[in-house]
This record gives sequence, structure tokens and C-alpha cells, in this order.
Amino acid sequence: MAAKTPLLKAEEVGIQFGGLKALSGVTMELYQGELVGLIGPNGAGKTTLFNLLTGVYVPTEGRIVLDGETLNGLPPYKITRKGISRTFQNIRLFGELSVLDNVKVAYHAHARHSMASSILRLPSHFRGEQEMEEKAIEFLKIFQLDEVMHEKAKNLPYGQQRRLEIARALAAQPKVLLLDEPAAGMNPQETKELMNLIAFIRERFALTILLIEHDMSLVMGICERIYVLDHGQLIAEGTPEQVRSNPKVIEAYLGEEVS
Amino acid sequence: MATWKRTRGFWVSVILAFAFFAVVQWLIASGTLNVFYVNTLFFMAINVMLAVSLHLIIGITGQFSIGHAGFFAVGAYASAVMTMKLQMPFAVGVLTAGVAAMLAGLIIGVPSLRLKGDYLAIATLGFGEIVRIALLNIDYVGGASGMTVTHMTTWPWVFACLFVTILVISNFTNSTHGRACISIREDEIAADAMGINTTYYKVAAFAIGSFFAGIAGALYAHHFYIIQPSNFGFLKSFDILIFVVLGGLGSLSGAAVAAILLTIVSTFLQNYPETRMIIYSIVLILVMLYRPTGLMGTKELSSLFKWRKAAEGGMNHGSKNTVA
Ligand SMILES: Nc1ncnc2c1ncn2[C@@H]1O[C@H](COP(=O)(O)OP(=O)(O)O)[C@@H](O)[C@H]1O
Ligand SMILES: [Mg+2]
Repeated sequence: MAAKTPLLKAEEVGIQFGGLKALSGVTMELYQGELVGLIGPNGAGKTTLFNLLTGVYVPTEGRIVLDGETLNGLPPYKITRKGISRTFQNIRLFGELSVLDNVKVAYHAHARHSMASSILRLPSHFRGEQEMEEKAIEFLKIFQLDEVMHEKAKNLPYGQQRRLEIARALAAQPKVLLLDEPAAGMNPQETKELMNLIAFIRERFALTILLIEHDMSLVMGICERIYVLDHGQLIAEGTPEQVRSNPKVIEAYLGEEVS
Repeated sequence: MATWKRTRGFWVSVILAFAFFAVVQWLIASGTLNVFYVNTLFFMAINVMLAVSLHLIIGITGQFSIGHAGFFAVGAYASAVMTMKLQMPFAVGVLTAGVAAMLAGLIIGVPSLRLKGDYLAIATLGFGEIVRIALLNIDYVGGASGMTVTHMTTWPWVFACLFVTILVISNFTNSTHGRACISIREDEIAADAMGINTTYYKVAAFAIGSFFAGIAGALYAHHFYIIQPSNFGFLKSFDILIFVVLGGLGSLSGAAVAAILLTIVSTFLQNYPETRMIIYSIVLILVMLYRPTGLMGTKELSSLFKWRKAAEGGMNHGSKNTVA
């Protein structure tokens, strides 16, 4: 594995907010097809790392490289188009839009009909919209959301909103999918179903996935490799077994249940 | 067949619109509609154009623009200069009005819309005032006493401009490009993360909205014989804003209906400006109390009709079939 070049690489990245170093010297490599976990106590900097990888913040140190191309300084929408898509820890759906339209928005970058064609209602508009609709329904079916596709996103129950966010992220057709605590707020049954779903989409779409999870036991089951963040720094990486027995990790999670 | 089903509602609306055009044209030609009613009708149409164009910016894209009368003024004066100073035909004046207002929109929009946050509100507020004060001080366009403009606005012109405004804005809205704008209104960070070029769509919506405000300005200038900077002050911007808010942010037909109703109210209260403000305030308070989402919420008039529901596969408003 070491011989291959990573699909996504963070090289010594860090960011400072005013005086606060939220993240520093983080190096991380994701190889094609991997499912990697990112864990750490609350406030460790996990979401901040996602924000750096997706261009929400520009790193104040280090480099982010996707497929050999440096992403530093690109706006989020360009990074998404290059192949990194994400979900948010605090769900960010387009509440007033229907479930179907939420997914269509993510597919927008792949639509080929121009603004002029839509205003003039040229045949290419109808063809393009038709294609978007078919694609969007395809994604919704995988997530069993097709029955509620005309509901407003904000009216869905919580578990479905979480699933819709993943469906929407997938519709952007990423190479790398970043999931920020997708199981937060779910009951054990829902969580189990979600983990199966993540494993399934990874196979189906040949995805590389980075999964943030606060609860260690969850990622242990499905991730091949795990990175552990604490106070803005990587304190461990390795297989679930290696990480679980690492004294630094145990210390970071002191007082929390380690299984 | 599927295309026909999808566009049936559209064609029914078009036929109704042209029937309305023909009836009004006949009423005007036969002299049945007196000048007072024709004036009110034209003013209604102009206000609907202003309301619908601002609706695209505020209601659809969620960008708070509070100087819409500034673009209206740019259009009015640009067209008047074309027809009165440069002796160009009215059509050239109308087109110039739209293009000039759109350019003004780009100049204001590009720098302020690149930023997240409400910079646009400040920029447009300033713009509206700057335009008014500039016009006051430019002798070429008559300063405070304004410009006299030949009457050229006819019902076919008014109808055609109104029709195109509504058609373009509703076609834009009901497409992937309009959804991109709505996604920005709903959550700009998420829209960005889903690959939407947010700056591009904010600027596009703002430019289209400014363009049609400019067109409305041309119709206005060539109907009321004289234009003065005082016609385009902050109160006019405020009026347009009220149409959009009262109509229900996000509903094109709501904005249009509000514009029509309030034009009627203000026409009858023309000579009592104080009463007009009081009635406006009361209407607003009542709406806030009883319909805080505006007259129409985000719904459209057309969703009241069954064929539209069938064509869109049902709206399922508030249905409880969300199993799982
Ligand atoms: N925009 C910001 N401005 C200032 N501090 C921030 C900002 N974003 C995150 N932080 C800080 O960075 C640290 C890490 O936060 P976060 O990445 O959300 O943690 P996690 O997702 O691991 O729980 C926290 O101390 C947080 O307050
Ligand atoms: Mg977090």
C-alpha cells in the first residue's frame, strides 16, 4: 500500500483562528477505496479538518493534495467539483426544497443545459432536467427516500434527514466522501442500518470514505484504518486494534468508554 | 406526450394572458376604459414588473436588496435620454434601459455579492440614494425639475414587457439554475459544498432582476410625461420591498398579487399620502399577525389548480405518508 500514491493527502496542515491553534501538523493519507475513521474527543478539531479539506477554511500551514493536485485556496464549490463531497455535523439541508430537489442541486454541476436554454425552454433544457430527475431518483432509491421525494426536506424525521444528506453528497459524484458524525442522534438500530448503508455505497460507487465519529466503538467495526485527533494534533493512527491499545488514545478518551 | 402534460399549465396560462390582452386592448380602443383606469392598469403592470424582479433577488436567491428604485431610475433616465436627447426609437430606449440597469446591477453586485453576509443591503441602499442625488445634480437630465418625456408607452408594450418579465423569471426559477439560487437562500454554505458557484448565481439573479427593473423604468418614463429624481427615492424602494414581503417571500404570484392590491390601495389614496402610510402600516401589521409568511407563503397561484398538481406529480403538502 505504501508504494501507491494516496488519492487524498493532507501534508502537515494546520489552521489558526486568532490566537487559537485549532489544528497543527496533521498529516493524513487516504488511498483509493479505503474506509478510514477519524476519531477524537469533542473539540479535538475533526470538523475543522473537514473544513480545511473542503475549502471552507484555507489552511494557514501545510498542503492538501487530491490526485496530485494542490487544493489550497480553491473555493469549496471547485473542490467539490474536483471530487470531494461532504455531509455536515449539524445537518444542513435545503429545508424548503423537496427531497428530490435537494439531490438535484448536488447534481447541478453535472448538468449541461445552460441558463439561456432554460429561460428559452429549448429542447436541451427539457432533456437536461429529465436526466437530472432520473439520476436524483436513482440516488433516492438507494437510500429508500424515493417515497418521500416530494416532501420538504425540513419535514422529514431526523434519521431520514441524515440519510438525505448522504444521498445529496453522493449526487455530487465525489471520489472522496467525507461524513461528519453521520450517526449522531440515531438510535442503535438506525446506526447499524446506516453503517451497512455506508459499506454498501462504498462498494457500489467505488468510493473512498473518511468518517468522523465521536463514538469509538462504532468506527472500530467498519474502518480499516483510524486516525485519532486530540487538541488539534494527531496522536495515533493505525488499525482499530493498534489504536484501541494505544496508551495516548486511552488517555485522551479517559473517562469515556473504550471498547 | 409527457412534455405536453408538463407544459399544459403553461400553455393555458399563455392563452389566458393573451385573451386578457385582447380584451383590454379592445376596451382601450373602444374608449370604454377612461384615462384614469388605463393609468392605474399601466401602473399596476409596472409595479408587478418591479415586484417580480425584486422577488427573484430576495424571495428566490435570498439576497437582501433594498435599493430597487435605483435600478428603476437608471432605466427610466437611460431610456428617456435615448428617446428624447438622441431621438432613438422607443424600442431602443426600452432595451437600453434594461442593459443600463443591468450594468449598474453588475457594478453594485459583483463586489458586494462575493462576500457572505448582508453587504448587498448596505450597497444597494447607498446606490439608490447615490442615483437620486446624482440625477438631482446632472443638468443634462434636468436636475430637480426632471425631464419631460413624450408619451410612447402603449398597452401592447406594457403587456409584452410584463409577459416577458414573468416568463423569463419563472422559467429561470423553475430550472436547475433557479434551484441553485434557492439553495443559496436556504443554506449558502451547503450550496457551496454541493458544487454551486454561489457568487455566479447571486450575481446572475441580481443582474436579471436589475434588468427588468430597468425595463419597468422605461415604461414608466414614457407614460407619465415627466420623470423627476423624487419619483425614485427610498420610499419607492420601500414600496417594492413591501410587495415582495407581503406576497410571501419566495412566491412570484404572491409578489404580483400584492403589487396589484397595493397599487389599487395607493391609487385611491393618492391625495391622502398620510392615510396611505397608515393603511399600509395596518395592512402590514395584520399580515404579520395573521399570515406571517405573507399572502401566499412560498406557494404559487398555479398550485391551487389541479392540472398543475398532476403535472408536477403532486405537491403532497403536509401529507403524512412519511413512513419509516
Ligand atoms: N471558525 C472558528 N473560529 C474559531 N475557533 C474555531 C472555529 N472553528 C473551530 N474552532 C475551534 O476549533 C476547535 C475544534 O473544533 P471542531 O473541529 O469543531 O471539533 P470537533 O469536530 O472535533 O468536535 C474548537 O476549540 C473550536 O472552538
Ligand atoms: Mg465536529
